Amino acid sequence: MSAVKPILQAKGLLKRYGTVVAMSGADFELYPGEILGVIGDNGAGKSTLIKALSGAVIPDHGTIELDGREVNFRGPEDARNLGIETVYQNLALSPALTIADNMFLGREWRKPGILGSVFRQMDRPRMEKFARDKLSELGLTTIQNIHQAVESLSGGQRQGVAVARAAAFGSKVVILDEPTAALGVKESRRVLELIRDVRNRGIPIILISHNMPHVFEVCDRVHIHRLGRRLCVIDPKEHSMSDAVAYMTGAKLPEGVTEAA
Amino acid sequence: MSTQDTPTKVISDYEATLAKADSTVANFDRDDKSFIHILRNFLRTYPTMIPALVLVISIAVFSIIAPRFFGMGALSTVLKQVTVTGFIALAQTLIILTAGIDLSVGAILVLSSLIMGNLAVVSGLPALLAVGIGVFFGALMGALNGLLVARIKLPPFIVTLGTLSIFSALTLWYSKSESIRNVDIEAKAPELLWFGQSANFGGASLSLGGLTLFILAAVLWYVLNHTAWGRHVHAIGDDPDAAMLSGIRVNSVLISVYVVAGLICGFAAWIAIGRVGSVSPIAFSTVNLASITAVVIGGTSLFGGRGSIIGSVLGAFIVGVFNTGLSLAGVDDYWQMFAAGTLVIIAVALDQWLRRASQ
Repeated sequence: MSAVKPILQAKGLLKRYGTVVAMSGADFELYPGEILGVIGDNGAGKSTLIKALSGAVIPDHGTIELDGREVNFRGPEDARNLGIETVYQNLALSPALTIADNMFLGREWRKPGILGSVFRQMDRPRMEKFARDKLSELGLTTIQNIHQAVESLSGGQRQGVAVARAAAFGSKVVILDEPTAALGVKESRRVLELIRDVRNRGIPIILISHNMPHVFEVCDRVHIHRLGRRLCVIDPKEHSMSDAVAYMTGAKLPEGVTEAA
Repeated sequence: MSTQDTPTKVISDYEATLAKADSTVANFDRDDKSFIHILRNFLRTYPTMIPALVLVISIAVFSIIAPRFFGMGALSTVLKQVTVTGFIALAQTLIILTAGIDLSVGAILVLSSLIMGNLAVVSGLPALLAVGIGVFFGALMGALNGLLVARIKLPPFIVTLGTLSIFSALTLWYSKSESIRNVDIEAKAPELLWFGQSANFGGASLSLGGLTLFILAAVLWYVLNHTAWGRHVHAIGDDPDAAMLSGIRVNSVLISVYVVAGLICGFAAWIAIGRVGSVSPIAFSTVNLASITAVVIGGTSLFGGRGSIIGSVLGAFIVGVFNTGLSLAGVDDYWQMFAAGTLVIIAVALDQWLRRASQ
């Protein structure tokens, strides 16, 4: 892996919320074509790290590089324009809007010709067909009506919509923060398959999850976050889940790592 | 590494049956057979039908109570009365859709109309140029509201409560508390009165201002429902954090909404001059609350994200029909206010009932 340059890299990220330190010098590397798991205790700063990478949080210090070039995200739209697509824990969906409207929020397709260029009319039929296809790909067949408002969907279906949106539009990196937390057995399985599909398309994935079997099943490397920084990166084929739990809770120190004060 | 903790790469047994999972889109027997069910479902799908039904029913009821009411004459009177409120309600709808509220809309209207009147009549500028400057200042006042809401992150209620006072004070200072008389406008800038003209169809007279109200409502309906900007306005009112994470530039959209609202208020100033025939710094003092009443009766949620432009126009009409109808029926004026108040409460109660049923 040493010859390959990371596609997304962060160095020394620091973020304070008032007096609370959420990240204290966190490093991060994502290599092309891999699935990277990120695990850690509650409050370890996983979500803040992920939000910094997706533009939702602006770190106080530290640098983020995409494809070897330093980037300064001023907001999620900047990260998204560069091809970083994120599914947040709270899903970031607008309840009153329809499924298709949500999937295309902020990147609506317009009708061809004068209707689109002058009258800015959205191409609803095309957007709805695309949304339907993506949901079917994900196996979300319990969504009966694509014109439904998102608020009428169950928690799992909403998560499915958010995952489908990220998978459909991510071109550089896809970040999934707890993508299977609210999903049923069938849908979780589909999400894991989808994660592999996306990776097979050559797009690397960051998977944040508390579900150890899922993380160990799909990930190529596992980044263990503890106390606002990266503790270590392990290979799931060489470590057991109990090792990982021991590392992230501080029960055991990984080899060659000394706990910072 | 052969402990029981060793990661398994085999799909668990209980997941193996998934290969046989049903892949058709779910389908259920419909149980919406009873009338209430059908009605509720219908209203939930087309929420604008509620104010539409209320309007039709109230016109029918008033026609029975006061036979003079039924006829184009009375209805065109209603249209004239609600024209200005209707315009302001359109602006208010945009703001309320973003989960905001604008208490300064009436003040923007009055200040803009004074700018137009003063420049055209007192300073002798060409009337259309004066109108343009007035509308521009309307947009500018909206921009001030928008900047304070989006950049300084103040609650819209506080911002517009403050600017209401500020704009009202500026109005009195600028006008020196003097009105511009109808005769002066007619003599020096008759263009200001354009929208007061009416076209007659039999007994009905449709004012240009009323016609413009319908056109602007149609344009805004299109923009809100068929353009990306319209979707973003809804999304921001619905959940601003989700909108931000979805990559919408929340601040820019918010500011643009307030600017458009100011623009509409500025334009409504021109309409208002035509409607009243003169310009007064103390006119339209009730239009703020009347616009909010119309928007709420029209079914737009004060919590943002849900509502419709058509509903607000219908809401303005319902209030107008009640006022005209009650006065034709010989009921004292204060009962008109009573009726408007009752309507607001019923409208919100109905909205809540539908919303609960949808959960």
